[in-house]
Amino acid sequence: MLDLVWLIPALPLLGFLFITVAGRKLGDPKAGYFATAMVAASFAVTVGVFVDLMSKTAEERTHVRTLFQWIPVGSLKIDVAFLADPLSITMCLFVTGIGTLIHLYAVGYMHGDSRFSKFFLYLNLFAFSMLMLVLGSNMLVTFLGWEGVGACSYFLISFWHEKESAATAGKKAFITNRVGDWGFMMAMFFAFWAVGSLDYSVINGAAGGLTKTTATAIALFCFLGACGKSAQLPLYLWLPDAMEGPTPVSALIHAATMVTAGVYLMVRISPILEVSSSYAPTIIAIVGAATALFAATIAVAQNDIKKVLAYSTVSQLGYMFLAIGSGAYTAAIFHMVTHAFFKALLFLGAGSVIHGMHHEQDMRRMGALRTLMPITAGTFIIGWLAIAGVPPFAGFWSKDDILLFAYDKSPILWLVGLVTALLTAYYMTRQVIMVFYGKARWHDAHAEHGAHGDLVEGARSELAPHESPWMMVAPLVVLAGLSIVGGAINLPFSHNTERLVSWLEPVVVVHESTTAKLPLALVAIAVGLIGIAAAVLVYAKHKARVIEPQILADAWGYDRSVSNFMGGPGRKAFDGVVWADAHVVDGAVNGVGALVSATAGKVRKLQSGNVRNYAAAIGSGVVLLLVWFVVVRGML
Amino acid sequence: MIEFPILTLLVLVPAVGALLVAVISKRQPDLVKVTALLTSVLTGGMSLWVLFAFKSHNPDFQFVSQHTWIKPWGISWHLGVDGISLFLVVLTGVLFPLVIAGVDPHHDHKRYLSWMLLLEAGVMGSFISLDLFLFFVFFEIVLVPMYFLIGGWGYDNRVYAATKFFLFTMVGSAFMLVGIIATAVLAKADDGRVTFDLIKIAENATFAASTGRWLFFAFAIAFAVKVPLFPLHTWLPDAHTQAPTGGSVILAAVLLKMGTYGLLRFGVYLFPEAAVWARPLFLTLAVIGVLWGAVAATMQTDLKRLVAYSSVAHLGFIVLGTFALTTTAITGSVLQNISHGLSTGALFLLVGMIYERRHTREISKLKGLQKVAPVFAAAFMVVMLSSIGLPGLNGFVGEFMILIGSFATARWWVVVAASGVILAAVYLLWAYQRVFHGEPDEDNKAFPELRWKEASLLLPFLALIVFTGVFPKPMLNRIEPSVNKLLDHVEQNSDWQQPEPLEPVISEEGEG
Repeated sequence: MLDLVWLIPALPLLGFLFITVAGRKLGDPKAGYFATAMVAASFAVTVGVFVDLMSKTAEERTHVRTLFQWIPVGSLKIDVAFLADPLSITMCLFVTGIGTLIHLYAVGYMHGDSRFSKFFLYLNLFAFSMLMLVLGSNMLVTFLGWEGVGACSYFLISFWHEKESAATAGKKAFITNRVGDWGFMMAMFFAFWAVGSLDYSVINGAAGGLTKTTATAIALFCFLGACGKSAQLPLYLWLPDAMEGPTPVSALIHAATMVTAGVYLMVRISPILEVSSSYAPTIIAIVGAATALFAATIAVAQNDIKKVLAYSTVSQLGYMFLAIGSGAYTAAIFHMVTHAFFKALLFLGAGSVIHGMHHEQDMRRMGALRTLMPITAGTFIIGWLAIAGVPPFAGFWSKDDILLFAYDKSPILWLVGLVTALLTAYYMTRQVIMVFYGKARWHDAHAEHGAHGDLVEGARSELAPHESPWMMVAPLVVLAGLSIVGGAINLPFSHNTERLVSWLEPVVVVHESTTAKLPLALVAIAVGLIGIAAAVLVYAKHKARVIEPQILADAWGYDRSVSNFMGGPGRKAFDGVVWADAHVVDGAVNGVGALVSATAGKVRKLQSGNVRNYAAAIGSGVVLLLVWFVVVRGML
Repeated sequence: MIEFPILTLLVLVPAVGALLVAVISKRQPDLVKVTALLTSVLTGGMSLWVLFAFKSHNPDFQFVSQHTWIKPWGISWHLGVDGISLFLVVLTGVLFPLVIAGVDPHHDHKRYLSWMLLLEAGVMGSFISLDLFLFFVFFEIVLVPMYFLIGGWGYDNRVYAATKFFLFTMVGSAFMLVGIIATAVLAKADDGRVTFDLIKIAENATFAASTGRWLFFAFAIAFAVKVPLFPLHTWLPDAHTQAPTGGSVILAAVLLKMGTYGLLRFGVYLFPEAAVWARPLFLTLAVIGVLWGAVAATMQTDLKRLVAYSSVAHLGFIVLGTFALTTTAITGSVLQNISHGLSTGALFLLVGMIYERRHTREISKLKGLQKVAPVFAAAFMVVMLSSIGLPGLNGFVGEFMILIGSFATARWWVVVAASGVILAAVYLLWAYQRVFHGEPDEDNKAFPELRWKEASLLLPFLALIVFTGVFPKPMLNRIEPSVNKLLDHVEQNSDWQQPEPLEPVISEEGEG
């Protein structure tokens, strides 16, 4: 089975190719079911590989399958090769597993869209790219997937490309990611220069022999790449805008899988990070913690149901980088998995709400939906409890794990993480109340300026929210189940219950925490409950004033400043280059031309129009040159 | 046994075709077209034959044919092909029939086709000449048909553009002519007889350092204009924009490559010491070109001009790789010659198709084309992603090899040049958004979908774009040996030392 690891990405690729050719003929919904089946088959193969790996001893759980030589030149030997080890297969399991669920969900969600089959073509291509990223046995195959998911993300964000905002958001995502990709490329150049290979086994194996400077350079350039893909400060900008894409895309790409690629990369090269200068992990931890807090504050004041979740994703990814910076690689992966469960659940739930509300996304026009959409509401509430850190739901365990290691690194980082946890509980409770509880506000024609002011007012009263079809609801139920029990893969009671840690141990650096677990856990639970209580007081009981300052709704004005800079001084600088090109560089040429023609005017008398005269002139010129070379310089 | 003179025929067949087309009566337009098509297809077939008969893992010139031409001056008809020129020959051979069959010049077919075939003969000759004088002749021949193609079948401002193109290149050529004559004369000192033979001069002649540098620059200026290297690039946007579609495709795909090819063959090979000495200058100009071209491309309002400026950026990468002087970088440059030819050639075809439909290239007048012509948009998207350098497509392979290969010998230049990949995404995606996204307005609502004929013209490009991106190995196997030989030559004739390839380090036990 291990040798069949290549099938994992190959099946979605096959799906992509087939739908490209026959998608329109298959049509709605067959193309969707076909794409779902391909990812499901890929999941089945992954399970087979997983079982195979399990049956081996811990040391033997690394298997490389080489398909063919990709770029063999000079000392650069790059193969298209796949690495099956506990880390990559863990990733594959949840990518294909959740991927299948979301494909299925999308069959319902995208039903009736005029570009139905095209959507699934992109979705399969995305699954292929993501699996290449994860399974690549060298940095370049990972980079192939890395850029591939970026391109798919671009296609899918701007899927409804007639909409200006969707087209712009897609472009923004691609370009911002390219900034990070520059970092990824630099990391590859440094790695190849230092160890003569891009294979992870070689790079990580040589970590002990690297100078601190080189190791730091590789680690931090990788981190820059990760900041782009995983939406960390200062490159997070694209992710909130990415919500322009259809909701299944937000769930799959911009919550569960693609955005975790940066975390995966950092864990993959963790041996390098371990030997780099101590400031490198500290930078990563600080960026992670800062992003977590920053995004959480913004989420508090968003009114778009998806924007809340988008900022929440940025914030949760910040946690994962906090974990990496604190040396808790397994905790980062643990949180990545549980987050994939509950965040996919929340996004799909939000999609179900949007679907049921006929494309309304403004939470101020929702409310009281729990009676009309009972399954969506019930599963969403489970997701809420998981992300808010309420035990025994999945998110509690993984978040607690991270906070524990952050405390080891520095109590300040722990405190930032704790405040973020408080805010998370608060804004998620706010969302649940606004959407599912309180008064029904969707008939309110006077609901003030929502996210979609373009909605026809008259249509409001006819709006009848309804529960979604089975293929949308079924994934919600499965994900809700996983969000409840997902923590079980790594319970902190003893070494035997820390299954994920012992599974990953052969390939990932594992540190032990020295801090007492229980007191910190109790504090975290208390903080989470306080957050929930506060939100209930404000939004359900109306006992306290709503605090949603404009600056938070505006995301601290960061996005706007960047756009203003790009549109202002940035654009002027670009225009300056164009001006210089036309007036300085080309101007010099035209100046010379003018000079020549002015001179030529004066010597026009020489221009007899007689070809023989010209020939004589050219001939004598050549002769003179020859003479000069032979006589004057020739015998040098 | 006399070998079949395949290379000679590669030049002669299109030349004869040009002559035939020129003498056939105007009243037989079909015969004109058939003749042109047949000769170009025949040439293309022969170039493919060369490709398949070419021995890989062999660094030497193959299919060599040598005949004395002007004995007293040591000028000979000396042709040969090696890994550095092989794919340029094939690209030329394959591209011309496609352009001749697929792009309609709209008027005066006879003269147009005649010039096209003469152009093909000149380009072919340039890529396979191993004699300085012969090379110069072909290099100059190319100018004439291109001048008339731009001037005769171009757009509004074609005369200005054609003249500018001609003058720029002529000035460069004048330097090269002096350089060639001086080189031959100076090289004579060693064996008493004048020779223009490239290999003889390169292998035997020794120039004093200062002389070699002067001569190198005489050649390099001509090639720098052709590439074009910043700041000698301003003829290119004008020429590209004003040239007819067929001319633009040829110009981008093969004509510019005469510059990058020339820098390797007649710059680095002939004057290794000078090339090593001049590295910082060329690396710097190349990197400036990468950024300058990209920034200028971003702000263009004319789609064709945008693609033209993107060429300046891409060619900057190729020059960077050339002067990095490592196996990986130069092999990458040689490969990128081809990749750029495919992707930019295809971009010009697509822009040409847009012009045919809308009679404008102004980005602001185009809108929402993806909605009305999704297949056309998809083709444009694939080509665009190849130009952006998406892994899995051809553009990435060469670009990556250039950058990673140059890192060891030109680190800071690479650090800066790599940011060009960000800008490439900026200018192309922004243009794509403005042209293809959005709701089409009145003028663009009736934009026709890709036609079968157009699709069959684009298909070879798309196939090669994917093939080269996924499986470049067969090409690398043919290019690399010649590059290694060239670098050995450089190392023997200068104090250049390519950094030793690292053996992958494997320590017994990694951390954890």
